[in-house]
Amino acid sequence: MALTRRQRAKAWRGVQYAIVVVVVLVAAFTADWSQIGRSFFNVQVALNLMPEVFTIALKNTITYTALGFGLGFALGLVLALMRLSSVAVYRIVAAAYIEFFRGLPALLVFIGVGVAVPLAFGTILDRNLSIMIALGLVGSAYMAETIRAGIQAVPRGQVEAAQSLAMSPTKTMSFIVVPQAFRIVLPPLTNELILLTKDSSLAFFLGSTLEQQELAQFGRTALNQERSLTPVLLVGLCYLIITLPLGYLARRLERRYGSAGMPKGAEV
Amino acid sequence: MTAGTTEPIVRISDLHKSFGANEVLRGIDLDVARGEVVCVIGPSGSGKSTLLRCVNLLEVPTGGTVVVNGHEMTDPDVDIDAARRSTGMVFQQFNLFSHLSVLDNLTIAQRRVLGRSRAEAEERARANLARVGISEKENAQPGQLSGGQQQRVAIARALSMDPAVMLFDEPTSALDPELVGDVLDVMRGLADDGMTMLVVTHEIQFAREVADRVLFIDGGVIVEQGPPADVIGNPREERTRSFLARVLHTAPRAAGG
Repeated sequence: MALTRRQRAKAWRGVQYAIVVVVVLVAAFTADWSQIGRSFFNVQVALNLMPEVFTIALKNTITYTALGFGLGFALGLVLALMRLSSVAVYRIVAAAYIEFFRGLPALLVFIGVGVAVPLAFGTILDRNLSIMIALGLVGSAYMAETIRAGIQAVPRGQVEAAQSLAMSPTKTMSFIVVPQAFRIVLPPLTNELILLTKDSSLAFFLGSTLEQQELAQFGRTALNQERSLTPVLLVGLCYLIITLPLGYLARRLERRYGSAGMPKGAEV
Repeated sequence: MTAGTTEPIVRISDLHKSFGANEVLRGIDLDVARGEVVCVIGPSGSGKSTLLRCVNLLEVPTGGTVVVNGHEMTDPDVDIDAARRSTGMVFQQFNLFSHLSVLDNLTIAQRRVLGRSRAEAEERARANLARVGISEKENAQPGQLSGGQQQRVAIARALSMDPAVMLFDEPTSALDPELVGDVLDVMRGLADDGMTMLVVTHEIQFAREVADRVLFIDGGVIVEQGPPADVIGNPREERTRSFLARVLHTAPRAAGG
Protein backbone atom coordinates (compact mmCIF):
# COMPACT_ATOMS: atom_id res chain seq x y z
CA MET A 1 0.00 0.00 0.00
CA ALA A 2 1.46 3.30 -1.00
CA LEU A 3 1.39 6.03 1.65
CA THR A 4 1.44 9.68 0.81
CA ARG A 5 4.42 11.68 1.92
CA ARG A 6 2.36 13.20 4.70
CA GLN A 7 1.18 9.84 5.96
CA ARG A 8 4.70 8.47 5.92
CA ALA A 9 5.95 11.42 7.99
CA LYS A 10 3.13 10.93 10.45
CA ALA A 11 3.80 7.22 10.81
CA TRP A 12 7.53 7.81 11.33
CA ARG A 13 6.85 10.33 14.06
CA GLY A 14 4.51 7.83 15.72
CA VAL A 15 7.37 5.30 15.81
CA GLN A 16 9.68 7.89 17.38
CA TYR A 17 7.20 8.68 20.15
CA ALA A 18 6.66 4.98 20.81
CA ILE A 19 10.41 4.38 21.22
CA VAL A 20 10.73 7.24 23.70
CA VAL A 21 7.77 5.98 25.74
CA VAL A 22 9.22 2.46 25.89
CA VAL A 23 12.64 3.69 27.01
CA VAL A 24 11.14 5.86 29.73
CA LEU A 25 8.89 3.07 30.99
CA VAL A 26 11.71 0.52 31.10
CA ALA A 27 13.91 2.98 32.97
CA ALA A 28 11.12 3.84 35.39
CA PHE A 29 10.28 0.21 36.21
CA THR A 30 13.82 -1.08 36.50
CA ALA A 31 15.17 1.82 38.55
CA ASP A 32 15.29 1.53 42.32
CA TRP A 33 13.29 4.62 43.14
CA SER A 34 13.63 4.37 46.89
CA GLN A 35 17.39 4.16 46.48
CA ILE A 36 17.40 7.18 44.17
CA GLY A 37 15.22 9.07 46.61
CA ARG A 38 17.53 8.34 49.53
CA SER A 39 20.65 9.22 47.54
CA PHE A 40 19.64 12.27 45.60
CA PHE A 41 16.72 13.83 47.39
CA ASN A 42 17.74 13.59 51.01
CA VAL A 43 16.32 16.76 52.53
CA GLN A 44 18.29 16.38 55.75
CA VAL A 45 21.57 16.25 53.84
CA ALA A 46 20.57 19.25 51.78
CA LEU A 47 19.75 21.19 54.94
CA ASN A 48 23.12 20.23 56.41
CA LEU A 49 24.81 22.01 53.52
CA MET A 50 22.90 25.25 54.02
CA PRO A 51 23.82 28.00 53.92
CA GLU A 52 27.46 27.18 53.05
CA VAL A 53 26.61 25.94 49.57
CA PHE A 54 25.49 29.47 48.77
CA THR A 55 27.59 31.67 51.03
CA ILE A 56 30.85 29.87 50.29
CA ALA A 57 30.67 27.58 47.27
CA LEU A 58 28.40 29.56 44.97
CA LYS A 59 30.07 32.80 45.99
CA ASN A 60 33.54 31.40 45.27
CA THR A 61 32.53 30.00 41.89
CA ILE A 62 31.18 33.40 40.89
CA THR A 63 34.24 35.19 42.24
CA TYR A 64 36.73 32.92 40.45
CA THR A 65 34.80 33.12 37.21
CA ALA A 66 34.58 36.89 37.38
CA LEU A 67 38.33 37.20 38.03
CA GLY A 68 39.16 34.87 35.16
CA PHE A 69 36.70 36.48 32.77
CA GLY A 70 37.98 39.96 33.57
CA LEU A 71 41.57 39.08 32.81
CA GLY A 72 40.63 36.84 29.88
CA PHE A 73 38.52 39.55 28.30
CA ALA A 74 41.23 42.20 28.59
CA LEU A 75 43.91 39.83 27.26
CA GLY A 76 41.55 38.57 24.58
CA LEU A 77 40.93 42.09 23.28
CA VAL A 78 44.67 42.80 23.11
CA LEU A 79 45.28 39.48 21.34
CA ALA A 80 42.47 40.11 18.87
CA LEU A 81 43.95 43.49 17.97
CA MET A 82 47.39 41.89 17.63
CA ARG A 83 45.94 39.23 15.32
CA LEU A 84 44.61 42.02 13.07
CA SER A 85 47.73 44.16 13.27
CA SER A 86 49.71 45.06 10.19
CA VAL A 87 52.86 44.17 12.14
CA ALA A 88 53.74 40.56 11.32
CA VAL A 89 55.44 39.90 14.68
CA TYR A 90 52.27 40.83 16.60
CA ARG A 91 50.18 38.59 14.38
CA ILE A 92 52.50 35.61 14.79
CA VAL A 93 52.87 35.98 18.56
CA ALA A 94 49.11 36.28 19.04
CA ALA A 95 48.37 33.34 16.76
CA ALA A 96 50.92 31.15 18.57
CA TYR A 97 49.51 32.11 21.96
CA ILE A 98 45.95 31.37 20.88
CA GLU A 99 46.80 28.01 19.32
CA PHE A 100 48.80 27.04 22.42
CA PHE A 101 46.27 27.86 25.11
CA ARG A 102 43.26 26.82 23.08
CA GLY A 103 44.82 23.41 22.51
CA LEU A 104 45.72 22.69 26.13
CA PRO A 105 43.23 21.20 28.58
CA ALA A 106 42.42 23.82 31.20
CA LEU A 107 43.67 21.40 33.87
CA LEU A 108 47.20 21.53 32.44
CA VAL A 109 47.11 25.32 32.55
CA PHE A 110 46.15 25.17 36.23
CA ILE A 111 49.05 22.77 36.84
CA GLY A 112 51.34 25.12 34.99
CA VAL A 113 50.32 28.11 37.05
CA GLY A 114 50.11 26.22 40.33
CA VAL A 115 53.33 24.21 40.02
CA ALA A 116 55.56 25.56 37.29
CA VAL A 117 55.41 29.21 38.31
CA PRO A 118 56.39 28.58 41.97
CA LEU A 119 59.15 26.25 40.81
CA ALA A 120 60.52 28.67 38.26
CA PHE A 121 60.30 31.87 40.26
CA GLY A 122 60.49 30.53 43.78
CA THR A 123 57.35 32.33 44.90
CA ILE A 124 53.90 31.04 45.52
CA LEU A 125 51.36 33.37 44.02
CA ASP A 126 48.30 34.46 45.91
CA ARG A 127 45.67 31.79 45.36
CA ASN A 128 43.04 34.12 43.87
CA LEU A 129 45.70 35.58 41.60
CA SER A 130 46.68 32.10 40.42
CA ILE A 131 43.08 31.23 39.64
CA MET A 132 42.66 34.51 37.82
CA ILE A 133 45.77 33.91 35.74
CA ALA A 134 44.94 30.30 34.89
CA LEU A 135 41.33 31.00 33.93
CA GLY A 136 42.39 34.22 32.20
CA LEU A 137 44.94 32.40 30.05
CA VAL A 138 42.41 29.77 29.01
CA GLY A 139 39.57 32.23 28.47
CA SER A 140 41.63 34.81 26.60
CA ALA A 141 42.57 32.34 23.87
CA TYR A 142 38.93 31.65 23.09
CA MET A 143 37.74 35.21 23.56
CA ALA A 144 40.49 36.58 21.29
CA GLU A 145 39.12 34.59 18.36
CA THR A 146 35.55 35.62 19.15
CA ILE A 147 36.45 39.31 19.44
CA ARG A 148 38.54 39.15 16.26
CA ALA A 149 35.57 37.75 14.35
CA GLY A 150 33.42 40.55 15.78
CA ILE A 151 35.87 43.23 14.71
CA GLN A 152 36.01 41.79 11.22
CA ALA A 153 32.22 41.73 11.05
CA VAL A 154 32.01 45.53 11.42
CA PRO A 155 31.16 46.84 7.94
CA ARG A 156 34.04 48.36 6.00
CA GLY A 157 31.98 51.51 5.42
CA GLN A 158 32.13 52.32 9.13
CA VAL A 159 35.93 52.40 8.99
CA GLU A 160 35.90 54.49 5.81
CA ALA A 161 33.49 56.97 7.37
CA ALA A 162 35.79 57.33 10.37
CA GLN A 163 38.82 57.77 8.12
CA SER A 164 37.00 60.37 6.05
CA LEU A 165 36.44 62.29 9.31
CA ALA A 166 40.22 62.27 9.82
CA MET A 167 40.12 59.79 12.68
CA SER A 168 43.43 57.99 13.16
CA PRO A 169 43.51 54.17 13.04
CA THR A 170 43.69 54.05 16.86
CA LYS A 171 40.73 56.37 17.30
CA THR A 172 38.77 54.52 14.63
CA MET A 173 39.38 51.27 16.48
CA SER A 174 38.58 52.68 19.94
CA PHE A 175 35.51 54.75 19.19
CA ILE A 176 33.93 53.11 16.16
CA VAL A 177 35.03 49.53 15.47
CA VAL A 178 35.48 48.00 18.92
CA PRO A 179 32.20 49.35 20.38
CA GLN A 180 30.32 47.90 17.41
CA ALA A 181 32.25 44.63 17.56
CA PHE A 182 31.21 44.17 21.20
CA ARG A 183 27.56 44.33 20.28
CA ILE A 184 28.17 41.64 17.71
CA VAL A 185 30.09 39.33 20.04
CA LEU A 186 28.02 39.77 23.21
CA PRO A 187 26.09 36.53 22.70
CA PRO A 188 29.16 34.36 21.97
CA LEU A 189 31.04 36.06 24.83
CA THR A 190 28.25 34.98 27.15
CA ASN A 191 28.98 31.43 26.06
CA GLU A 192 32.65 31.90 26.98
CA LEU A 193 31.51 33.10 30.38
CA ILE A 194 29.44 29.96 30.88
CA LEU A 195 32.38 27.78 29.84
CA LEU A 196 34.65 29.62 32.29
CA THR A 197 32.08 29.13 35.05
CA LYS A 198 32.52 25.42 34.62
CA ASP A 199 36.30 25.61 34.23
CA SER A 200 36.47 27.42 37.57
CA SER A 201 35.91 24.00 39.16
CA LEU A 202 39.57 23.29 38.41
CA ALA A 203 40.53 25.70 41.18
CA PHE A 204 40.56 22.66 43.50
CA PHE A 205 43.90 21.81 41.98
CA LEU A 206 45.52 24.78 43.68
CA GLY A 207 44.44 23.43 47.07
CA SER A 208 41.83 25.07 49.19
CA THR A 209 40.66 25.62 52.71
CA LEU A 210 37.03 25.04 53.52
CA GLU A 211 36.40 28.73 52.96
CA GLN A 212 37.93 28.61 49.49
CA GLN A 213 35.95 25.74 48.04
CA GLU A 214 33.95 26.41 44.96
CA LEU A 215 30.85 24.47 43.94
CA ALA A 216 32.36 21.33 42.42
CA GLN A 217 34.84 20.72 45.21
CA PHE A 218 32.27 21.59 47.82
CA GLY A 219 30.01 18.97 46.27
CA ARG A 220 32.71 16.31 46.24
CA THR A 221 33.68 16.95 49.85
CA ALA A 222 30.07 16.81 50.96
CA LEU A 223 29.55 13.66 48.91
CA ASN A 224 32.21 11.88 50.96
CA GLN A 225 31.13 13.29 54.30
CA GLU A 226 27.42 12.74 53.95
CA ARG A 227 27.65 9.47 51.99
CA SER A 228 24.84 10.79 49.84
CA LEU A 229 24.53 12.00 46.28
CA THR A 230 22.26 14.86 47.30
CA PRO A 231 25.15 17.38 47.35
CA VAL A 232 25.82 16.56 43.70
CA LEU A 233 22.27 17.44 42.80
CA LEU A 234 22.38 20.58 44.91
CA VAL A 235 25.65 21.75 43.40
CA GLY A 236 24.41 21.00 39.91
CA LEU A 237 21.38 23.18 40.56
CA CYS A 238 23.69 25.97 41.74
CA TYR A 239 25.57 25.87 38.43
CA LEU A 240 22.25 26.19 36.66
CA ILE A 241 21.40 29.16 38.89
CA ILE A 242 24.41 30.88 37.31
CA THR A 243 24.25 29.64 33.74
CA LEU A 244 20.51 29.72 33.00
CA PRO A 245 20.20 33.50 33.54
CA LEU A 246 23.36 33.99 31.47
CA GLY A 247 21.87 31.98 28.64
CA TYR A 248 18.68 33.99 28.91
CA LEU A 249 20.68 37.21 28.89
CA ALA A 250 22.58 36.05 25.80
CA ARG A 251 19.37 35.36 23.91
CA ARG A 252 17.97 38.75 24.89
CA LEU A 253 21.09 40.56 23.77
CA GLU A 254 21.09 38.59 20.56
CA ARG A 255 17.56 39.74 19.82
CA ARG A 256 18.41 43.30 20.68
CA TYR A 257 21.64 43.56 18.71
CA GLY A 258 20.89 40.72 16.35
CA SER A 259 21.17 42.88 13.27
CA ALA A 260 24.26 44.53 14.76
CA GLY A 261 22.45 47.85 14.63
CA MET A 262 22.83 48.06 10.89
CA PRO A 263 21.20 51.21 9.59
CA LYS A 264 17.93 50.79 7.84
CA GLY A 265 18.19 51.09 4.09
CA ALA A 266 21.90 50.30 4.17
CA GLU A 267 21.52 46.74 2.98
CA VAL A 268 23.48 46.31 -0.20
CA MET B 1 52.44 75.90 -0.13
CA THR B 2 49.43 77.79 1.13
CA ALA B 3 45.95 77.91 -0.22
CA GLY B 4 45.61 81.42 -1.56
CA THR B 5 42.49 82.70 -3.21
CA THR B 6 43.71 81.80 -6.67
CA GLU B 7 45.22 78.47 -5.64
CA PRO B 8 42.89 75.57 -6.45
CA ILE B 9 41.62 73.70 -3.39
CA VAL B 10 42.06 70.38 -5.14
CA ARG B 11 44.87 69.87 -7.62
CA ILE B 12 45.11 66.44 -9.21
CA SER B 13 47.96 65.77 -11.64
CA ASP B 14 48.45 62.72 -13.83
CA LEU B 15 46.55 60.49 -11.38
CA HIS B 16 46.80 56.76 -12.00
CA LYS B 17 45.19 53.97 -10.03
CA SER B 18 45.34 50.25 -10.68
CA PHE B 19 43.72 47.36 -8.87
CA GLY B 20 46.06 44.52 -9.78
CA ALA B 21 46.30 44.43 -13.53
CA ASN B 22 43.16 46.52 -13.90
CA GLU B 23 44.03 50.17 -14.50
CA VAL B 24 40.99 52.12 -13.35
CA LEU B 25 42.38 55.66 -13.68
CA ARG B 26 44.71 56.40 -16.56
CA GLY B 27 46.05 59.87 -16.02
CA ILE B 28 43.57 62.36 -14.61
CA ASP B 29 44.34 66.08 -14.34
CA LEU B 30 41.83 68.15 -12.46
CA ASP B 31 41.84 71.44 -10.57
CA VAL B 32 38.90 72.46 -8.41
CA ALA B 33 38.76 76.14 -7.49
CA ARG B 34 37.44 77.50 -4.22
CA GLY B 35 33.65 77.63 -4.31
CA GLU B 36 33.44 75.59 -7.48
CA VAL B 37 30.91 72.76 -7.87
CA VAL B 38 32.23 70.00 -10.13
CA CYS B 39 29.98 67.11 -11.05
CA VAL B 40 31.51 63.89 -12.34
CA ILE B 41 29.35 61.73 -14.55
CA GLY B 42 30.09 58.57 -16.47
CA PRO B 43 29.13 54.93 -16.85
CA SER B 44 29.49 52.32 -14.10
CA GLY B 45 33.08 51.18 -13.73
CA SER B 46 34.43 54.30 -15.42
CA GLY B 47 36.53 55.19 -12.36
CA LYS B 48 34.48 58.13 -11.05
CA SER B 49 34.19 56.82 -7.50
CA THR B 50 37.84 55.77 -7.48
CA LEU B 51 38.82 59.28 -8.52
CA LEU B 52 36.84 60.73 -5.62
CA ARG B 53 38.27 58.22 -3.15
CA CYS B 54 41.79 59.11 -4.24
CA VAL B 55 41.18 62.72 -3.19
CA ASN B 56 40.97 61.83 0.52
CA LEU B 57 43.18 58.80 0.11
CA LEU B 58 40.59 56.15 0.88
CA GLU B 59 42.29 54.69 -2.17
CA VAL B 60 46.03 55.13 -2.49
CA PRO B 61 46.92 56.29 -6.01
CA THR B 62 49.39 54.21 -8.00
CA GLY B 63 50.85 57.29 -9.63
CA GLY B 64 50.51 61.05 -9.87
CA THR B 65 49.88 63.64 -7.16
CA VAL B 66 46.85 64.89 -5.28
CA VAL B 67 47.09 68.18 -3.39
CA VAL B 68 44.18 69.25 -1.23
CA ASN B 69 44.15 72.63 0.46
CA GLY B 70 47.94 72.74 0.47
CA HIS B 71 48.43 69.18 1.73
CA GLU B 72 50.05 66.80 -0.70
CA MET B 73 47.97 63.69 0.03
CA THR B 74 50.23 61.49 -2.08
CA ASP B 75 53.41 62.41 -0.17
CA PRO B 76 54.37 59.21 1.71
CA ASP B 77 55.36 61.28 4.77
CA VAL B 78 52.18 63.35 4.91
CA ASP B 79 50.22 63.36 8.18
CA ILE B 80 47.23 61.81 6.50
CA ASP B 81 44.87 62.38 9.43
CA ALA B 82 45.69 66.09 9.43
CA ALA B 83 45.43 66.28 5.65
CA ARG B 84 42.02 64.60 5.66
CA ARG B 85 40.58 67.37 7.83
CA SER B 86 40.31 69.47 4.68
CA THR B 87 37.89 67.04 3.09
CA GLY B 88 34.43 65.90 4.05
CA MET B 89 32.94 62.84 2.41
CA VAL B 90 29.40 61.62 1.85
CA PHE B 91 28.99 57.96 0.90
CA GLN B 92 26.45 56.15 -1.20
CA GLN B 93 25.55 53.91 1.76
CA PHE B 94 25.51 56.84 4.27
CA ASN B 95 27.79 54.94 6.70
CA LEU B 96 26.43 56.59 9.81
CA PHE B 97 27.98 55.11 12.95
CA SER B 98 25.30 52.61 13.84
CA HIS B 99 26.10 52.48 17.58
CA LEU B 100 25.80 56.24 18.09
CA SER B 101 22.86 58.60 18.18
CA VAL B 102 22.52 61.22 15.47
CA LEU B 103 24.02 63.92 17.69
CA ASP B 104 26.95 61.68 18.71
CA ASN B 105 27.56 60.85 15.05
CA LEU B 106 28.15 64.56 14.53
CA THR B 107 30.18 65.22 17.66
CA ILE B 108 32.52 62.23 17.94
CA ALA B 109 35.08 63.33 15.36
CA GLN B 110 34.81 66.98 16.39
CA ARG B 111 35.71 66.00 19.93
CA ARG B 112 38.22 63.21 19.26
CA VAL B 113 39.95 64.71 16.23
CA LEU B 114 39.56 68.47 16.52
CA GLY B 115 39.58 68.45 20.32
CA ARG B 116 36.46 70.54 20.66
CA SER B 117 34.61 70.49 23.97
CA ARG B 118 31.35 68.59 24.13
CA ALA B 119 29.39 71.82 24.41
CA GLU B 120 31.10 73.37 21.42
CA ALA B 121 30.78 70.21 19.35
CA GLU B 122 27.09 69.91 20.14
CA GLU B 123 26.51 73.53 19.24
CA ARG B 124 28.10 73.00 15.82
CA ALA B 125 26.28 69.71 15.40
CA ARG B 126 22.90 71.31 16.09
CA ALA B 127 23.64 74.15 13.70
CA ASN B 128 24.48 71.66 10.95
CA LEU B 129 21.47 69.48 11.68
CA ALA B 130 19.34 72.60 11.30
CA ARG B 131 21.10 73.35 8.04
CA VAL B 132 20.08 69.97 6.59
CA GLY B 133 16.59 70.31 8.07
CA ILE B 134 16.66 67.44 10.51
CA SER B 135 17.02 69.05 13.95
CA GLU B 136 14.17 67.10 15.50
CA LYS B 137 16.03 63.80 15.06
CA GLU B 138 19.13 64.55 17.11
CA ASN B 139 18.42 61.83 19.67
CA ALA B 140 17.38 59.18 17.16
CA GLN B 141 19.48 56.14 16.33
CA PRO B 142 20.54 55.88 12.68
CA GLY B 143 18.48 52.71 12.23
CA GLN B 144 15.31 54.67 13.03
CA LEU B 145 15.79 57.10 10.15
CA SER B 146 14.81 56.81 6.51
CA GLY B 147 17.58 56.63 3.94
CA GLY B 148 17.08 60.26 2.98
CA GLN B 149 17.28 61.36 6.61
CA GLN B 150 20.39 59.27 7.16
CA GLN B 151 22.07 60.83 4.17
CA ARG B 152 21.26 64.33 5.38
CA VAL B 153 22.72 63.45 8.78
CA ALA B 154 25.81 62.16 6.97
CA ILE B 155 26.13 65.48 5.17
CA ALA B 156 25.76 67.35 8.45
CA ARG B 157 28.38 65.08 10.04
CA ALA B 158 30.90 65.93 7.32
CA LEU B 159 30.06 69.66 7.51
CA SER B 160 30.63 69.69 11.27
CA MET B 161 34.35 69.24 10.63
CA ASP B 162 34.45 72.49 8.62
CA PRO B 163 35.98 70.91 5.51
CA ALA B 164 37.42 73.01 2.69
CA VAL B 165 35.92 70.70 0.09
CA MET B 166 33.01 68.25 0.21
CA LEU B 167 33.23 64.97 -1.69
CA PHE B 168 29.96 63.27 -2.64
CA ASP B 169 30.12 59.66 -3.83
CA GLU B 170 26.80 58.92 -5.55
CA PRO B 171 24.91 60.31 -2.55
CA THR B 172 21.43 59.54 -3.86
CA SER B 173 22.01 56.19 -5.58
CA ALA B 174 20.91 54.09 -2.60
CA LEU B 175 17.79 56.14 -1.90
CA ASP B 176 14.18 55.41 -2.69
CA PRO B 177 13.12 57.74 -5.53
CA GLU B 178 10.83 59.85 -3.35
CA LEU B 179 13.68 60.61 -0.92
CA VAL B 180 16.19 61.80 -3.50
CA GLY B 181 14.77 65.33 -3.73
CA ASP B 182 15.41 66.20 -0.07
CA VAL B 183 19.06 65.25 -0.29
CA LEU B 184 19.57 67.10 -3.57
CA ASP B 185 17.91 70.18 -2.05
CA VAL B 186 20.42 70.13 0.79
CA MET B 187 23.29 69.84 -1.69
CA ARG B 188 21.86 72.65 -3.77
CA GLY B 189 21.78 74.79 -0.61
CA LEU B 190 25.45 74.03 0.09
CA ALA B 191 26.39 75.00 -3.45
CA ASP B 192 24.46 78.26 -3.09
CA ASP B 193 26.39 78.96 0.14
CA GLY B 194 29.64 78.73 -1.80
CA MET B 195 30.84 75.31 -0.63
CA THR B 196 33.48 73.70 -2.83
CA MET B 197 32.00 70.41 -3.99
CA LEU B 198 33.16 67.44 -6.00
CA VAL B 199 30.12 65.31 -6.78
CA VAL B 200 30.03 61.89 -8.41
CA THR B 201 26.44 61.46 -9.47
CA HIS B 202 23.94 59.87 -11.81
CA GLU B 203 21.61 62.85 -11.33
CA ILE B 204 22.06 64.51 -14.71
CA GLN B 205 19.37 67.07 -13.93
CA PHE B 206 21.14 68.04 -10.71
CA ALA B 207 24.45 68.37 -12.55
CA ARG B 208 22.81 70.51 -15.19
CA GLU B 209 21.29 72.90 -12.63
CA VAL B 210 23.94 73.10 -9.93
CA ALA B 211 27.34 72.30 -11.41
CA ASP B 212 29.78 75.00 -12.47
CA ARG B 213 31.58 72.34 -14.44
CA VAL B 214 30.71 68.82 -15.54
CA LEU B 215 33.28 66.08 -16.13
CA PHE B 216 32.43 63.09 -18.24
CA ILE B 217 34.73 60.18 -17.36
CA ASP B 218 34.94 56.93 -19.25
CA GLY B 219 37.62 54.26 -19.25
CA GLY B 220 39.64 56.06 -16.58
CA VAL B 221 40.16 59.31 -18.47
CA ILE B 222 38.31 62.61 -18.65
CA VAL B 223 36.59 62.41 -22.01
CA GLU B 224 34.99 65.81 -21.93
CA GLN B 225 34.54 68.67 -19.49
CA GLY B 226 33.04 72.11 -19.40
CA PRO B 227 29.95 74.01 -18.32
CA PRO B 228 26.85 71.81 -18.04
CA ALA B 229 25.22 73.64 -20.94
CA ASP B 230 27.99 72.28 -23.16
CA VAL B 231 28.77 68.84 -21.75
CA ILE B 232 25.15 67.90 -21.04
CA GLY B 233 23.32 70.28 -23.32
CA ASN B 234 25.54 69.96 -26.36
CA PRO B 235 28.23 67.27 -25.95
CA ARG B 236 31.08 67.23 -28.42
CA GLU B 237 32.17 63.63 -27.93
CA GLU B 238 30.25 60.66 -29.27
CA ARG B 239 30.85 58.69 -26.05
CA THR B 240 29.28 61.48 -24.00
CA ARG B 241 26.31 61.65 -26.30
CA SER B 242 25.62 57.93 -26.20
CA PHE B 243 26.02 57.85 -22.39
CA LEU B 244 23.59 60.74 -21.93
CA ALA B 245 21.17 59.21 -24.39
CA ARG B 246 21.18 56.00 -22.36
CA VAL B 247 20.70 57.62 -18.93
CA LEU B 248 18.28 60.27 -19.98
CA HIS B 249 16.27 57.83 -22.03
CA THR B 250 15.84 55.14 -19.39
CA ALA B 251 14.70 57.46 -16.62
CA PRO B 252 15.05 61.03 -15.48
CA ARG B 253 16.99 59.55 -12.55
CA ALA B 254 19.30 56.71 -13.43
CA ALA B 255 19.32 53.58 -11.30
CA GLY B 256 22.00 53.41 -8.63
CA GLY B 257 25.27 51.66 -9.29
